[in-house]
Amino acid sequence: MANAIVKRRRQELVVGGVVLAGLALLPVPIKDVYTQNLIIITVLFAGLAQAWNILGGYCGQISLGHALYFGIGSYVSTLLYLKLGIPPTLGLFAAGIVAGAAALLIGWPCFRLSGHYYAIATVVVGEIGYLLFLNWDFVGGATGVFIPFKGESWAELQFKTAKLPYHFVVLAFAAATWLAAFWLEGSRWGFAWRAVKDDVVAARSLGVNIFASKMAAAALSGGFTGMGGALYAQYVGYIDPDSVLAGHFSILIALPAVLGGVGTLWGPLIGAAVLIPASELSRSYLGGSGRGVDLMLYGGLIVLVALARPQGLVSLFNWRRKSDVPAA
Amino acid sequence: MSPLLEIRSVSKRFGGVAANIDISFDVRRGEILGLIGPNGAGKTSLFNAIAGEVTPDSGEIMLNGQRLSGLGPVACAALGVARTFQVVRSFDTMTVLENVMVGAFLRHRAPAAAMRAATDIIGFCGLNGRIDRPAWGLSPPEKRRLEVARALATEPQLLLLDEMLTGLTPTEAQSGVQLIRDVAARGVTIIMVEHVMEIVLPLVERAVVLNLGQILTIGTSAEIVRNPAVIRAYLGDRYAA
Amino acid sequence: MTAAHLLQVAAGGLLMGLVYALVAAGLSLIFGLMDVVNFAHGELMMLAMYAVFAIWAINGTDPLLLLPIVAVLLFGIGIAIYHGLIARALSVQFNRGMVQIFVTFGLAIFIRGACQFVWGGDFKSITGHWLAGRTIELGGVFLPLPQMAASAICLAAFAGLLAIGRTEFGRALEATREDRDAVALIGIDRNRIFALGWGLGAGAVGVAGVMLAGFYYVGPNVGASFAVIAYVTVALGGFGSMLGALVAGILIGEVEAFTAAFWEPSLKQVGVFAVYLAVLMLRPRGLFGRL
Repeated sequence: MANAIVKRRRQELVVGGVVLAGLALLPVPIKDVYTQNLIIITVLFAGLAQAWNILGGYCGQISLGHALYFGIGSYVSTLLYLKLGIPPTLGLFAAGIVAGAAALLIGWPCFRLSGHYYAIATVVVGEIGYLLFLNWDFVGGATGVFIPFKGESWAELQFKTAKLPYHFVVLAFAAATWLAAFWLEGSRWGFAWRAVKDDVVAARSLGVNIFASKMAAAALSGGFTGMGGALYAQYVGYIDPDSVLAGHFSILIALPAVLGGVGTLWGPLIGAAVLIPASELSRSYLGGSGRGVDLMLYGGLIVLVALARPQGLVSLFNWRRKSDVPAA
Repeated sequence: MSPLLEIRSVSKRFGGVAANIDISFDVRRGEILGLIGPNGAGKTSLFNAIAGEVTPDSGEIMLNGQRLSGLGPVACAALGVARTFQVVRSFDTMTVLENVMVGAFLRHRAPAAAMRAATDIIGFCGLNGRIDRPAWGLSPPEKRRLEVARALATEPQLLLLDEMLTGLTPTEAQSGVQLIRDVAARGVTIIMVEHVMEIVLPLVERAVVLNLGQILTIGTSAEIVRNPAVIRAYLGDRYAA
Repeated sequence: MTAAHLLQVAAGGLLMGLVYALVAAGLSLIFGLMDVVNFAHGELMMLAMYAVFAIWAINGTDPLLLLPIVAVLLFGIGIAIYHGLIARALSVQFNRGMVQIFVTFGLAIFIRGACQFVWGGDFKSITGHWLAGRTIELGGVFLPLPQMAASAICLAAFAGLLAIGRTEFGRALEATREDRDAVALIGIDRNRIFALGWGLGAGAVGVAGVMLAGFYYVGPNVGASFAVIAYVTVALGGFGSMLGALVAGILIGEVEAFTAAFWEPSLKQVGVFAVYLAVLMLRPRGLFGRL
C-alpha cells in the first residue's frame, strides 16, 4: 500500500529515461535548421519552466520576475567569457551561483509578502533589474553584448553552424532540472514546499520552517534559471536587456509550467512542448504581417487552457491513478 | 514528578479585548486535560499561545522546564508540542500518506524512514484504507483523523486537540473518543478544547474552565459538573445566545 | 533650483498621480471584491484610448464628448469579461489563484493582438485638440491644460466611485467584500455584484484612458507600461482600499516627477519602485491595506 509513492516514482524515472532518449534522438534525422532551432528553444524552455516550477509550482510562490535570474545568468557567463576569458562551461555554474544568490537576496525581503503582494513585488524587482541593466554602461547598456565567434569548441559552447551540439547541451540542462525536481519531490524539502503551498499555518505547526523553505526553493529555482540564461546567451550569441530581462520574458518562463501543470514533474515539459511551438509557428506564419493575429491566437490559447484545464495539460495524461488528479 | 507543561500568569490582549487574564495551571504528564468554557472564553487564544502561534503579553509557558512562549510554532513543534485545528487544515493536494509524512519529516530526515513512521501512524489512526487518497476527498471525520495522525507523526509529548469532536455524529464522536484514549495510551499528554461539556467531561481526568478570559475553576469532572459558577457561566451563555 | 521649479515638478507629479490613482482604483475595487488581480487592466485602458482615437479619426469628435460613451462601453466590456472568463476562473477547484492570474494575462495578450490587428503596431496620437499645447500659469507654475483636464476628470470619477460606495449598491458591494458567502443569505446575488464590480473597475480605467488619450500616444504596448505602475499603486496603497489608491497614486506621481527632475529621467520608475519596496518592507499590506 504505502509503496504506491515508491512505485510511482520508479515508473516516473523509467518514463523520464525513455523521454530523454527520445528527445536526444529527435532532431538527429531533421536537417531543417528552423525545426532544429524550434526543438532547441522548446527544450530550453522546458528546463526553464521546470526551474520556475520549483518555486512557483511546488512551493506555490508565484514569481513573475524570473527574467531577472535568466538575465543575470546570461550576463554573468557572457561577461566572464568576454572580459576574463572564462569558458562558458564554467561560466554556466558561476551564472547559476550568482542568480541563486540574487534569488536569496530578493527573497529575503519579498518572502515577507504573501499572495498577490508577493507576485507584484516580483514583477517590480524584475522591472528594476531591467531598468538598471538598461542604464549600466559596463554591461553594454541598451546596446547589449555581442559574443564573437572564436572557433568551434565544446568548452566554450561555440559551434559555427551545427545545431545538434546545442541541442545536447540544452537537453542536458533540461534533464538536470527534471532530475532535480524528481529528487526534490521525494525529499524533505519537496514535502515542506507542498505543505507551504497548501496551508502555511498547518505547515508551521508541524515544524516546517516557512521562510527557510521558500528561500531554498528560490535559490534552486533562480540558480537553474540563471544557468538556462547562460546557455541561451551562448546559443543566440547576443544579449541585451530587451531580449533577456524584459518583463514578458518572466511570463514566458512561467507559462509552460502553469499551463502544463504546476507542481508536477511533467507539466513544464508538456506545457513547453505545446506553447513554444504554438507561439513560434504562429509568429513565423502569422506574425510577419505585424497584424497581431499571432498574439490573439497565443493569448486565446492561454485563456482556453487555463480555464479548460486548471490542473494543467498534464491532467490529460491520466495514466496515473485516477484519484491523483482531482476533477475540476 | 514535575509537570509536563506549566502555564504561569499568562495574559494576552487583542486590541482592546482581553483574551486571557493571568492564567496559571499545570498539566501533568500523561493526563488528558479538558479546556472548556463558553464561546469567547479565551480557549483558542490560550491554545495558540501554547502552540507558539501567539506570544503572550506577559507570563510564561514552560514545557519540561523550558520556556516555550515567544519561540514560535516551528520551535514549539520541535520541542514536542503538536496540535490540530478547529477548522480543519489539511494539505488538500497531497495524499493522506504525504500529509502525515510532512509531520514525520520533523524527526526523520530520510524519506524512507519518514514514510515508515507515517505508515505506522496512519494505521494507528485507522486511515489505512485511505492512505493513497488525496486529502481533499476525505470525509470530515476522516480529515479530523488525518490531522491527529499528522500531529502524532511529529512525535509530540503534548498534543493539543482543538474541538476535535465538535460537529460529529454520535457514532463518529464515539470512535473519535476511542482514538483519543488510544493516543493517551501511547503516553502522549493531551489537552483538548471543547465547547460542549458533555463531550469532554467523561473523557478527561481534570478540566480547566475558562470564562471571560479568566480561570473559573480547575477540578475533576465530578467537581466541575457540581460547581455552581460553571453552571451559571454555561446557562448564562445559553440564554444570551 | 528655485521654489517655482520645485512647485512645477510637484504640480506635474500631482497631475499624473491623479490619473494613476483612477487607474489603480478600478484594479483595487475588483481585487477587494473578489481577490482577483486583473492583469489585463492596462489593456482595458488601452482599449479606451484606441476607442477614443478611432472615433476621433473618423469624424473628429471631441474626445471629451466621447467620455461618457467610452466609459459605458468599457463598463459593458468589464461585465462581459466577468461573465465570460472570470466567473469560470473563480469556479475551478484547485490552482484558483494561478488560473485567475494567467487567464487575465492571456486576455491581456489577446487584447494587445486584437488592437494591433485593427490599428497596426505604430503609435497614434490625437492631434489638434483645442486643449493641446495650452497652459495656464499659476504663480509661476505652468500647468498644461490637457493634463489639468485629465486630472480633474479623474478626481471627479474617483469622487463618483466613492459616492457609489455610499449608495445601496455600495453597501451590497461592501457586504460582499466582507463575507462572500453570507451575502447570499440576505438575498444579494453575488454574481451580479461581482459583474457590476468588474463593470465599474473597467469603466473607471476607461475614463482614465479617455483623458490620457488627450496627451499621450496610443500603441499596443501602452497598456503594459501603465499596468506595472497600476499594480505598484494598488499594492502600495493596499489591495481593496480606495483611499489607498488615491494616496499611493499621488505619491507615485510625485516620486516619479522628482526622480525624473533631480536624478535621471530614464530611471524615474526605479525611484518609484524603490519607494514601493521600502514601504512594503515596513507595511507588507500597503499603506491602507487590510486584506
